Amino acid sequence: MSEILLEVKNLSVRFPIWGGILRQKIAEVRAVENVSFTIKKGETLGLVGESGCGKTTTAKAICHILKETSHGVVQEGEIIFHSENGPVNLLSLNRKEMRFYRREIQMIFQDPFSSLNPRMTVSEIIQRPLKIHTKMNKKERRTRVTDLLEKVGLQPEYALRYPHEFSGGQRQRIGIARALAVRPKLIIADEPVSALDVSVQSQVINLLEDLQDEFGLTYLFVAHDLSVINHVSDRISVMYLGRIVETGSAEQVYSSPLHPYSQALISAIPQTDPAKRSDRIMLKGEIPSSMNKPSGCSFNPRCPIAVAECSTKIPELREMNDHHSAACDLLELK
Amino acid sequence: MVETLNSKNKIPINQQQPVLQVRDLVVEFKLEMGYARAVSGVSFDLFPGEILGIVGESGSGKSVTALSIMRLIPEPPGKISNGSIRFENKEVLELSYPEMRDIRGNNIAMIFQEPMTALNPVFTIGMQVRETILTHEKISKKEAQGRAIKMLEKVGIPDASARMKDYPHQFSGGQRQRIMIALALVCKPQILIADEPTTALDVTTQAQILELMLEQQTQIENSSIILITHDLAVVAETCHRVAVMYGGKIQEIGTVNQIFSAPKHPYTRGLLASLPSSTSIKDGKLYAIPGNVPSISDMPAGCKFCTRCEEVIDRCHQEEPPLHVLNNGHKVRCHLIEGEADE
Repeated sequence: MSEILLEVKNLSVRFPIWGGILRQKIAEVRAVENVSFTIKKGETLGLVGESGCGKTTTAKAICHILKETSHGVVQEGEIIFHSENGPVNLLSLNRKEMRFYRREIQMIFQDPFSSLNPRMTVSEIIQRPLKIHTKMNKKERRTRVTDLLEKVGLQPEYALRYPHEFSGGQRQRIGIARALAVRPKLIIADEPVSALDVSVQSQVINLLEDLQDEFGLTYLFVAHDLSVINHVSDRISVMYLGRIVETGSAEQVYSSPLHPYSQALISAIPQTDPAKRSDRIMLKGEIPSSMNKPSGCSFNPRCPIAVAECSTKIPELREMNDHHSAACDLLELK
Repeated sequence: MVETLNSKNKIPINQQQPVLQVRDLVVEFKLEMGYARAVSGVSFDLFPGEILGIVGESGSGKSVTALSIMRLIPEPPGKISNGSIRFENKEVLELSYPEMRDIRGNNIAMIFQEPMTALNPVFTIGMQVRETILTHEKISKKEAQGRAIKMLEKVGIPDASARMKDYPHQFSGGQRQRIMIALALVCKPQILIADEPTTALDVTTQAQILELMLEQQTQIENSSIILITHDLAVVAETCHRVAVMYGGKIQEIGTVNQIFSAPKHPYTRGLLASLPSSTSIKDGKLYAIPGNVPSISDMPAGCKFCTRCEEVIDRCHQEEPPLHVLNNGHKVRCHLIEGEADE
């Protein structure tokens, strides 16, 4: 049993909606509700769900970048990061205190086109976290840049070029090099391959896995593509409308999903192999807005097995068998 | 030759008279220095009742091919510099603007990837569906209104008659794509071109939209679909035949079974092996095609895939392989494949 690196306990994130003449709060988006999970050192946790399910908000809450971008956001619960100096609740930190921990938690973004500053050279982009977080001198920083570029599979000569000179896959490699620059422990990858072409996607996935082995990294991998998540993750958590509906090992969730939503989600993945094609569970309707969630289990209006009680009681995440939990009251405990 | 392919759509493909014939299509775009070829010599047939998939990565020329059929290539900078597109014995490339307008939406319709930008934000959706009908048919506004409501009901917009007065932003992404399908199919076109119709949607919504598209298409007799996508699995599940594009050319074309069970071109094999769901994972590593997709202004001479191919031989760098036709009709553009004949 390895050590725990990150513990998220009952995290809730709510965004206010301002309106009216006085710009008062008129409504609230409950983007994340009561989310709890743990990530152990060296493992990859995959967070999967469709758009609007709160997976990116969860990732951003851990990186502490929600307060900077949205006015009046409410974050409740605890995000406990086990650093070398003992556990610390990231949510209780202010901006200045957080800066110290940013070194240990870095993020890789989805869009390799907007996440790199077009006015900076690759070398400046990768040096920036080093300037902020370390006391390295110019020469040391340059050596580190050369090193990192080689590690991510780019030629060191590229250091003086600008982002527009690179393809999507190469830009994503630059983003990875920047995240690795300060030798973080935890990397939060938010849809790192979804903007890439199929043939380049597998290169980047392999690169992320190689780097994990080499630097002993821990990943929180956020994506909507279940087959990618299944490939990279040790454990998977499935989110629906702000809540985790199922958690388990990749094998358990992908091969024998328990929650009706996970079952539908997995059956909706198109298959290239005609032999693997199974009967598809077609969900009715669309994901409700998180401003106006259904009462009780938020999946109940679309659930193929819902009963009357589902619309009154919010199901808790229960362990069904061997670390495999699901939030559905209709499942029998084994 | 009659064959049944997809379990859901058991339409026998009548390999007689194709409804659409594309021959040697070349499309160029003007760059700062000279022209770059986005599509360089694409030929294929589309048969009545058939669903043809065109797969490829970004920059492979798949969308440009689709836009050429609709004559929607912005000129300049674009230019269809060679080739022919025949639709029902008419040469599409020689039609005048008004003649083309009669065909668009009426005989050949298109669904675009981004439903938000494809619908006009300042008109109600009722107005947009009605306009499509009134452009092509001489019926009264009231009749058109009735047809529009019926069509929206068919594609699963709840409470359609009330929602006719709503604007595109009042609908969700999935619903907007449903409205696009309604717009495209309301005049019962013979050909529907769907350019990445589900790429902007979530998996569960994607499944719904694909199902709807196929269901609506089967209701129009003998109508065909060209489905353009980068998602191999979507093609495997919906199409009868598949064309794989790379570097502005069709590299391999065959039935779904030929392409997915016995892919011949190294590029197709590489693409299939690099999917995370594939069975070719070795030591936990995915197969990766080395290198990047070359930009269209920077295509290698010879085979377009030679810079990334692992089975490359000298000849590949010098000479572009012809499309070899195998005895079962499967066509492959590769020097390593022995064909019965060349095209």
